[in-house]
Amino acid sequence: MGKRDYILTAILFVILLFGLWLAQNYLNAYMIRILNTAFIYVIAAVAYNLINGIAGQFSLGPNGFMALGGYTVALLMLPVYQKIQVYFLTPLIWPFSVITFPSYLFILSLFLGGLIAAGGAFLIGFPTLRLRGDYLAIASFGFSEIIFVLANNFIPLTNGALGIKGIPQYTNLWWTGGLAFLTVFLIRNLVNSSFGRALKAIREDEIAAQTMGINPFRTKLLAFAISGFFAGVAGGLFVTLISTVSPTLFTFAMTFNLLIIIVLGGLGSITGSVVTAFIFAFLQEILREVEATHTIGSFTIPGIPGMRMVVFSALLVVLMIFYRRGLFGTKELSWDLVFRLFKKKEPQE
Amino acid sequence: MNAEQPLLMIDNLHVYYGGIHALKGISLEVYKNKIVSLIGANGAGKSTTLRTISGLVRSRTGNIKLKDNLIGDLPAHRIVEMGIAMVPEGRKIFPNLTVMENLILGCYIRKDMVQIKKDMDWIFSIFPRLKERTWQKGGTLSGGEQQMLAVGRALMSRPQLLMMDEPSLGLAPLLVKEIFQIIKKINQEGTTILLIEQNARAALEISDFAYVMETGKINTSGEGKSLLFDEKVRKAYLGED
Repeated sequence: MGKRDYILTAILFVILLFGLWLAQNYLNAYMIRILNTAFIYVIAAVAYNLINGIAGQFSLGPNGFMALGGYTVALLMLPVYQKIQVYFLTPLIWPFSVITFPSYLFILSLFLGGLIAAGGAFLIGFPTLRLRGDYLAIASFGFSEIIFVLANNFIPLTNGALGIKGIPQYTNLWWTGGLAFLTVFLIRNLVNSSFGRALKAIREDEIAAQTMGINPFRTKLLAFAISGFFAGVAGGLFVTLISTVSPTLFTFAMTFNLLIIIVLGGLGSITGSVVTAFIFAFLQEILREVEATHTIGSFTIPGIPGMRMVVFSALLVVLMIFYRRGLFGTKELSWDLVFRLFKKKEPQE
Repeated sequence: MNAEQPLLMIDNLHVYYGGIHALKGISLEVYKNKIVSLIGANGAGKSTTLRTISGLVRSRTGNIKLKDNLIGDLPAHRIVEMGIAMVPEGRKIFPNLTVMENLILGCYIRKDMVQIKKDMDWIFSIFPRLKERTWQKGGTLSGGEQQMLAVGRALMSRPQLLMMDEPSLGLAPLLVKEIFQIIKKINQEGTTILLIEQNARAALEISDFAYVMETGKINTSGEGKSLLFDEKVRKAYLGED
């Protein structure tokens, strides 16, 4: 990134802040909620795209990492009196039973949530990323299922299926928007760095990458841990947005949603994921319509819950047939591209 | 043959693929600034030899020495750092990355930006066609251009030793000639080359020294030009009676 691009990115950031201010003041709670969800999807999808799209390592674990981040943040931010209420059947284990972060340490709790998730990624990446092939998909899927089972059954820590309620709602548009921007900025820079090129080389041909002097194992593991970190942050933001966390919040459906986002946006395109994350968040609300009860003339069509996912799946199938590389392919929206667009509009000399 | 120390020395190398004894005690030497070629029929173990040197295949016994360093146990990415680059069989360029990105990946291990820039210009002077196509994706290049890109990419690591696995494979005869001229040029500008070829005549013509392999062993060796006139070699590999 040149100096020009940094300045333009800074300007974009200011515009974003202004947009957030407008949204915060003039939009209703429902719209703000959708925007928050969209930003959280942006963080999770961009992180997921780093390992699936850029590095080409098929992971099915982001819901597990989001759960790790979510539970960590919930346990750190929940006030002590609330903890006593929530864990009325089985008391919460020490040290979480006595510690509560004050609100100004929210960012630290998000960071720790990210770190724990990155640790989880490291744990499954370490044995599986040495191998070539689909081992990572199987192991990460298994890992997420383990997290799900633990969340349900390790009651002294997670309160089991009852979940944790009353988490302070720290998340607002500033947090989600700001962190989404930061995530995109960091991962874009990472992708354009020598490290990012190494990841792409591994995706294209791991043996050839090795003969370039790239250590595939170390590179993949680092990318996977970074991906896990941001997934954890997204999970933390999510639980402090809806103020509750339970095992069903981060089921495999979450990974499936993210997979739809990154495939539709284009595997390997960060900006593609950003765009489709927004489309997805809004479509999810708009498509509530198809699940509602409709009356056409004398006919009454009963609402079918879950119909939205059918629409998404159909959309995915259609796109995979006609537009296999997603909206963006591996292309990125970049300042260079914007400039080229403007140049084309100028009259030719 | 030579009093100075060889750049690369392989001593009694044995390699197994599962139960198959692929290399049965290979020993060879590559001296600095020379072109050395390995010729032989399919399945003789030429590619295995190169893959073992570059760390992609492990040897069971035997030594590989680069100057004074034993490199037989190093992983592939460390071998590159030691100064051995490989142009793999079938080119193996990164198809979805641009020509420029492919070349930059070639100097992944280097940090000296100033020299890298100079080397990039040097590569473009050898392969002007790559310069015209820096923004094109590697996979959209023609076979000959891909081969040039693979060679250029390997040279970007500024190797002491450049190993090439079948650089003429699948290329039109005219391009084969061009590739061999380029190999010679690269060598004259100071890079030692270890070459594998099925096109034995073309390889022997530019080689200073050559080894003839047969079923995992080295059969004959000698100066490139003299092997061209060797009775046995002519019969077996040059298709003359």
